[in-house]
Amino acid sequence: MSNEPTQQIYDSTAPSTETQEDRMGPGVDARMNSKLREAFGSSPFILTKFDQFMNWVRGSSMFMLQFGIACCSIEMIHTYAIKHDLDRFGAGVPRASPRQADVIIVPGTIVSKFGPRMKRVYDQMPEPKFVIGMGSCTISGGPFQEGYNVVKGAEEIIPVDIHVPGCPPRPEALIYGVAKLQERVANGESSPVVVKPYELEQFGDLERDELVQKLADQIDEEDLVMRYNWADSP
Amino acid sequence: MSTEPELDADVAEMSFEDRLEALVGTRVLERDDHKNAPGFVIRPDDVQDVLFDLRDEAGFDHLSCVTAQQYDDRYESIYHLKQYDDPTREVSVVVPTSTDNPVSQTAEPVFRSADWAERENFDLVGIDYEGHPDPRRILLPETWQGHPLSQDYNQEKPQVVTLSEHANPLQADHKDTETDTMFLNIGPHHPATHGVLHVKTVLDGETVVDVDPDIGYLHRCEEQMCEQGTYRHQIMPYPDRWDYVSAGLLNEWAYARAVEDLADIEVPEYAQVIRTMGAELCRIAAHMLALGTFALDVFGDFTAVFQYAFRDREVVQDILEDLTGQRLMFNYFRLGGVAWDLPEPREEFFEKTRDFLDDLPHKVSEYEDLIVTNEIFQIRCVDTGILEPEVAKSYGATGPTARGSGIDMDLRRDDPYGYYENLDWDVITEDGMDNYSRVLVRMGEVEESAKIIEQCVDLLEDWPEDDREIQSNVPRTLKPEADTETYRAVEAAKGELGIYLRSDGTDKPGRFKIRSPCFHNLSTLAEMTEGEYIPDLIASLGSLDIVLGEVDR
Ligand code: SF4
Repeated sequence: MSNEPTQQIYDSTAPSTETQEDRMGPGVDARMNSKLREAFGSSPFILTKFDQFMNWVRGSSMFMLQFGIACCSIEMIHTYAIKHDLDRFGAGVPRASPRQADVIIVPGTIVSKFGPRMKRVYDQMPEPKFVIGMGSCTISGGPFQEGYNVVKGAEEIIPVDIHVPGCPPRPEALIYGVAKLQERVANGESSPVVVKPYELEQFGDLERDELVQKLADQIDEEDLVMRYNWADSP
Repeated sequence: MSTEPELDADVAEMSFEDRLEALVGTRVLERDDHKNAPGFVIRPDDVQDVLFDLRDEAGFDHLSCVTAQQYDDRYESIYHLKQYDDPTREVSVVVPTSTDNPVSQTAEPVFRSADWAERENFDLVGIDYEGHPDPRRILLPETWQGHPLSQDYNQEKPQVVTLSEHANPLQADHKDTETDTMFLNIGPHHPATHGVLHVKTVLDGETVVDVDPDIGYLHRCEEQMCEQGTYRHQIMPYPDRWDYVSAGLLNEWAYARAVEDLADIEVPEYAQVIRTMGAELCRIAAHMLALGTFALDVFGDFTAVFQYAFRDREVVQDILEDLTGQRLMFNYFRLGGVAWDLPEPREEFFEKTRDFLDDLPHKVSEYEDLIVTNEIFQIRCVDTGILEPEVAKSYGATGPTARGSGIDMDLRRDDPYGYYENLDWDVITEDGMDNYSRVLVRMGEVEESAKIIEQCVDLLEDWPEDDREIQSNVPRTLKPEADTETYRAVEAAKGELGIYLRSDGTDKPGRFKIRSPCFHNLSTLAEMTEGEYIPDLIASLGSLDIVLGEVDR
């Protein structure tokens, strides 16, 4: 049968040594000697700060949260899938649980009903965590900015490290965004929080204005709520 | 019923419309005809009566859409009825109610699809439906104040939204000593819900006893956005974002068709062929995504089927990008035509498209090996998620979901538009009524779409060069005559995507209502899954192929 190895191969060590030789070439085994190593000279050690090392590791192996909201998530899936293959950059394994993820890509429009849930998902991620806002919707609400139900950007709810503009951004753009984030993470930079985000609060802690009075018999004191001030939104 | 039309010689000669009017009889207060159908105005407490008659005596078995709107002096609900056998037979039942007391009888006992539709109307416009079994908000959070599409709504007011459902996702629920059920939250952030759907499930052991899909996590105010835009250019980008899995051109066509009907715009034949070709490319891309994610749902195939499906989508998206300039949000149709002609050099475009079509049969057989004939897949899908045709009809299911239950309706054939009439293709139906049939329908439709594209490419290749008119003459500011109303639908990737438009004499629509196929298809979920096992719930949900952007709008 043609797909079984021939006896000759069973008995001989030739195939593996041949491959080995092909890969190593003649002379000393130089497989481990990268260009970097050459640059460092003969010492096999690198001196670095532990923090820096950790940052580098963090940036080079990021676990994304599998998180789809709207149209942009289709392009996000394309970024993970064949052809664009985000895994090439060490960031392509989406995790289904926020507890296993370091990065959340927010791919789409956030509406009032989803806001508190997104906050909860973000809160469940272990520190350190990073956020990529994908698409105009996460910048400002995008095409739906004037909608009565639309949160005007992801930053109203969670701090965002990198914004990738576009509607939707091409997969290449998202990859660029991820690469930029990796760079920032490796350099130990973090993003400033620029707006005061909407918070999850207990209903009882809200200021007793007209609206809260009205809802008082519908909502339990201890329920978590998010209060949107649409008029103050940009 | 006092006004049953008598079956004598006269009746046969009466036009269909007159017979309908005779059927509704004295309950007609006045006529309010729409461009697409005769409209009868009736009293709010006659709703069920009239709809029962129209359903049982005149064969209107499809409540396609329920529109609600507010005028200065009244609220109005419009029931757009159709027939599954012949969707060109349409009638509108108009139910005005007063502004101070907008109460109207519910149509839920007649058509199950009215359940969700009326909840939506209550939510967004604020009409109360008397006798409705479940008068809750559906899209906006329960604690929302006001009805956003009503006239006195102030968008600037603050709102408070709760997170209480999340308090305890797994909860024992001992209603009485006999039962021992468990409450399970699926979603809104869950890999198998294809977006942000929240399914509240009650389980008895592994059996689903109650399913309540909770939608609205992606309610982006599409109707409001469209009402704020001008007909000519500002609305067209939004349809792309309803059903966003590359089905953009199909959605754009729904809008284009409605306005072209409203304002009597002609579309040149050449543009129709391009539209048809583009739309079918979109359908292939959309069905590929459905296949890939479905395989992912039922047997966790993230490697082969899913990646293959995305590989093929990439090819389609490349072609569409050549044609329209964008990968996903095409914005390519214009009223009265398309934005621009095929890309130059045309030969290259044709060659690329043909290459794709030539490869497709081989790819389809690959999918057949991987999915359809796969034993695990069959065990998961055959005879699960049964949807009887009668149930499907009463819920207003359309598209592959309906065709998988043996309902032979496809608007491309039955209510022809574009260039479909002149092409040679078939409507795919299966009568298995299960998850498996719905997948088979989609697979079959991919092949049919390929046939259509091939014929379009042939046509376009030989089209005389001096006759390539891509747009008819449309006024720069389009102002259709005031108070013209129309409801027009096309066959989008998921089913009948309809748009109701009312013009108010300005260059923006007075009311823009979207009839979303996914919305109605999703409402069948409870029928399909109650009494089944929980894994079948996931399979059924996947086989419905919903897109939340279209469910919530
Ligand atoms: S940015 Fe555009 S493509 Fe992305 S979610 Fe928003 S509307 Fe959709």
